[in-house]
Amino acid sequence: MNDFDQLIKTLSSIVLQSSPLMLAVCGETITERAGLINLSLDGTMLLAAMTGFIVGLKTSSLILGFLAATIVGMLFALIVAFGSIRLKQSQVAVGFVLTLLGDDLSAFLGQNFTRIPGPFVMKLGIPILKDIPILGPLFFDQDLVVYFSIVLVGLTWWFLFRTQPGLKLRGVGERPEAAFARGVKVNQLRYLYALIGGGLVGIAGAAYSLDVKLGWSEGHTRGLGWIALAIVIFGGWSPIRGAIGALLFGATKALATVLQQTFPQISVVAFNGIPWILMIAVLLVSTSELTERFINIMPISWRRPMRRFLRVSGPMALGTPFGED
Amino acid sequence: MRLRVWIRLTWPVVPVIMALLVTSIILILFGTSPKTAVGAMTEGAFGNLSKVLQVLGFLVPLMLSASGLLVTFTAGLWNIGVEGQIIIGAIMASWVALKIDLPTPLQITLELLAAIVGGAVWAGLVALLKTRGGVNEIFSGLALNNLAIILTNYLISGPWQPPEGGTFRGTQPFAENALLPLLGDSRFSPLSLVLAIIAFGMVVVALRGTFWGLKLKALGKNPKSAFLLGVSSEREVILALMFCGGLAGLGGGIRVLSWFDSLRQSISGGIGFLALLVVMLSSYQVFLVPPISFFFSAVLMGSTTLHLRTGLHPSLGGILTGVMVLFVLLFGDYGKLFTKRKKPSPPIVQEISHE
Repeated sequence: MNDFDQLIKTLSSIVLQSSPLMLAVCGETITERAGLINLSLDGTMLLAAMTGFIVGLKTSSLILGFLAATIVGMLFALIVAFGSIRLKQSQVAVGFVLTLLGDDLSAFLGQNFTRIPGPFVMKLGIPILKDIPILGPLFFDQDLVVYFSIVLVGLTWWFLFRTQPGLKLRGVGERPEAAFARGVKVNQLRYLYALIGGGLVGIAGAAYSLDVKLGWSEGHTRGLGWIALAIVIFGGWSPIRGAIGALLFGATKALATVLQQTFPQISVVAFNGIPWILMIAVLLVSTSELTERFINIMPISWRRPMRRFLRVSGPMALGTPFGED
Repeated sequence: MRLRVWIRLTWPVVPVIMALLVTSIILILFGTSPKTAVGAMTEGAFGNLSKVLQVLGFLVPLMLSASGLLVTFTAGLWNIGVEGQIIIGAIMASWVALKIDLPTPLQITLELLAAIVGGAVWAGLVALLKTRGGVNEIFSGLALNNLAIILTNYLISGPWQPPEGGTFRGTQPFAENALLPLLGDSRFSPLSLVLAIIAFGMVVVALRGTFWGLKLKALGKNPKSAFLLGVSSEREVILALMFCGGLAGLGGGIRVLSWFDSLRQSISGGIGFLALLVVMLSSYQVFLVPPISFFFSAVLMGSTTLHLRTGLHPSLGGILTGVMVLFVLLFGDYGKLFTKRKKPSPPIVQEISHE
């Protein structure tokens, strides 16, 4: 029984640890589904985490902290969108420079606020639901950030695949010419969804500094933005698959901690490599020709579900600017 | 009409002014006058001979990596993994320095060769993952950067830890005959600058005067028609990346053998990313790369001095260079900014595609 309780506790901490990543993946999925790549995630999250923490600390208001982080995320997304839509510049280049700039800006602007205690999001169990065995402690005895990210994943999926505006969003990312011919304002929508996606990435940053990884220090969330970008691909640009990816990532980190205790003779450092090896492996499986070959030696009836499970393909017009004139 | 000509001529200065403006605002927020900061930074970069030599010492790996990146950018590749290629070069050079003992000229040659091979192999992994696995070079490069950092940390805290015990800071200093010949008391090796200039010259010749350079250009501008014309994209991608990795690895090797005297925790410290910014700022114009590399080295060394003087975080240099590159990327192309007419300018760098 004790082991079981321990397992539930670990699992519920995995859900908590993964929730900011779920938010970031959701935001970037929305942006990329509309055909725009916001590569600046790593820098955006760092700057948003720093801003959210300082604003939250100075105003003693969590809401203002998250709001400030959202604005930071939207600002960076706006720069990427403006650069690629209006100025027709490479969005990868702009996004990459913003990644570095966000990192440096957060290190400089946050230098007087490192390693100090600040405000944090309180745990808020939902009555009755939290007493359900297993599911209760996992999903209903968490805090508002977790609830928000879970609801957001479902909502985004419903919006993308079950509503008219969601269809337009995907149309803009798949075949902008066709959407344009049908009277959809392609670039206007791309701006809109870039801003929404960027705002969510900003919230994800603040979710680290105010909830999951409390406080601020230089490079507080470094690397996690890139992980989120890889999970978007692994998730096949679907919010639900993306959320599962984020949870799996959280689970691997927890597993690494367990392995570390089991095999103390292996250097602690080696375990830090797991996420990155996983990142390459996961992208390799979802995009490589070898997977296709592997699927083709399987029995015919297995091929379709396996292909759906293993392979992904992105929005057709991803990363290509669209000229309305 | 005259106004237009005027704007066009002064346009390149605007990003510099904008970058200075943004950094000044940030400095004022932190209660430091921009004038003192500029003073400290200029002194830190050019104050006396030893400072200038320090800038040159920093410049060499930066220029080597930037030269390599010119090749990959020409082929339309985003070699973000350059940072990891520098680190692996440093590791390989350290390996030879720690384990092998030969007469100095042979020793150094072997160390630098090992560095080149290490960087090229690390870049080859990116190339292989791209051509055979369909993994975008940005993601594989990034993952390999982090794996290279982790490998360094593992080595200095484990197998290569100094005899007095692992401190997580570095290996024991290399033997005197394993280091590059240095100029006076400085950490600058004239030999390394010669190597960097030779490498840059090789890149210029390769890109401008060889059939290989032409093939890379074709690949970068239009991969599909290049393929139809018989340019094997797989071969060129692998060659371009490995060439760049080799130069970056050489830079890393030079860094451990002159700038440092041992393998340290943050052996590159972002030189690869800085090199990417250099090439982006140059708008892929080959001859702008050396002066920009020099300017960036001076800014970085200056901000280190600023940090020592005022205690302000050294990332100020990164902010200055980052804002500058961002403005050039966004507004550098004067034609795109004020005219609504479409100008057919084929993109040099191909966009990311997740196919």
